[in-house]
Amino acid sequence: MSVMEDDRVNLTEAQKKARRNRSIALAVALVGFVVIMYFVTIIKLGPSILDRPM
Amino acid sequence: MALVEKNGYDDAAFRVSEAQAGDYLALLKPRVMSLVVFTAFVGLVSAQAPVNPFIAVVSILAIAVGAGASGALNMWYDADIDAVMSRTANRPVPSGRVLPGEALVFGLILSAFSVMMLGLVANWLAASLLAFTIFFYAVVYTMWLKRWTPQNIVIGGAAGAFPPMIGWAAVTGHIGLESVIQFLIIFLWTPPHFWALALFKSGDYGRAGIPMMPNVAGEASTKRQIFAYAVLVAAVGVLPSVLGQASVSFGVFAAALGAGFVWYSWKVLRMPEEDRVMRPAKALFGYSLLYLFAIFAALLLDAVAARAGIAVW
Repeated sequence: MSVMEDDRVNLTEAQKKARRNRSIALAVALVGFVVIMYFVTIIKLGPSILDRPM
Repeated sequence: MALVEKNGYDDAAFRVSEAQAGDYLALLKPRVMSLVVFTAFVGLVSAQAPVNPFIAVVSILAIAVGAGASGALNMWYDADIDAVMSRTANRPVPSGRVLPGEALVFGLILSAFSVMMLGLVANWLAASLLAFTIFFYAVVYTMWLKRWTPQNIVIGGAAGAFPPMIGWAAVTGHIGLESVIQFLIIFLWTPPHFWALALFKSGDYGRAGIPMMPNVAGEASTKRQIFAYAVLVAAVGVLPSVLGQASVSFGVFAAALGAGFVWYSWKVLRMPEEDRVMRPAKALFGYSLLYLFAIFAALLLDAVAARAGIAVW
């Protein structure tokens, strides 16, 4: 066994479960944010979102 | 000899977190948040200004997240006193599920995020009011007033009173008299609500060293002040109707609710000094929650009827 491996933190089952739970919640929040910003952009800018003069 | 002598890492800082998403949600004080969402929604609807429903929903969401963020900052700062009070000992930070630093960063990020979101989605007046509310609750109330003066919840109550004004400003872009009255209803409601709680939880607050009114001015003085504020709330409650902003039916309903508030406060005023069960104080605490919900629900109904063009007497 190398020294490097000894330095690693081995997560317990409870810690892994908690991390997974937090990751899922974060993913849901981020997807929700993207969806919200998509619709807000469409509503606030409307058709002018396609209006891009060169 | 090592260049760095100090290598004793702080255990807490290097601990791997076992916090669940639910613990972070608890940092947002969901129950307080629900009241914020409701009153902000009433402010928004009663403004009678045209607004895209999706924009309205996102504005309310931003206000809710901002309120939650200030709750997280409050729990970060107050972890020491939360740990010694039975009502709050199981909160995420004092119970050790969330580290203080995590709560602080979570609160700061959500604060900035919610204010920017409201500014971009609604307008910058509403966003400024939200930023001020977060600052007022987290800094003025939590860090300064709460541990210093028995007037803590009187002045700090302003933080809880802002949401309808923010909701109103989000759709109108200004602060109307109607929203100031909604602010006043919550502002004047806060002292009797919390002092009723403080009466039957005075031991808790005393242990934590928080100068609540019953611990500082005594129970008799607190009861008198509760009664005075109850009379003021009852009077302000009918103002929307008197000023022609709401229907006469609303005025009658608000007067009845207000009379109930005064009645329950009167029972507290008459409560004997040796009564340690304090049933009247508990009843007032319960009624005060019902009062706030009912009066804002009535304002909402009135506003919805007006929007729908239904004539309400």
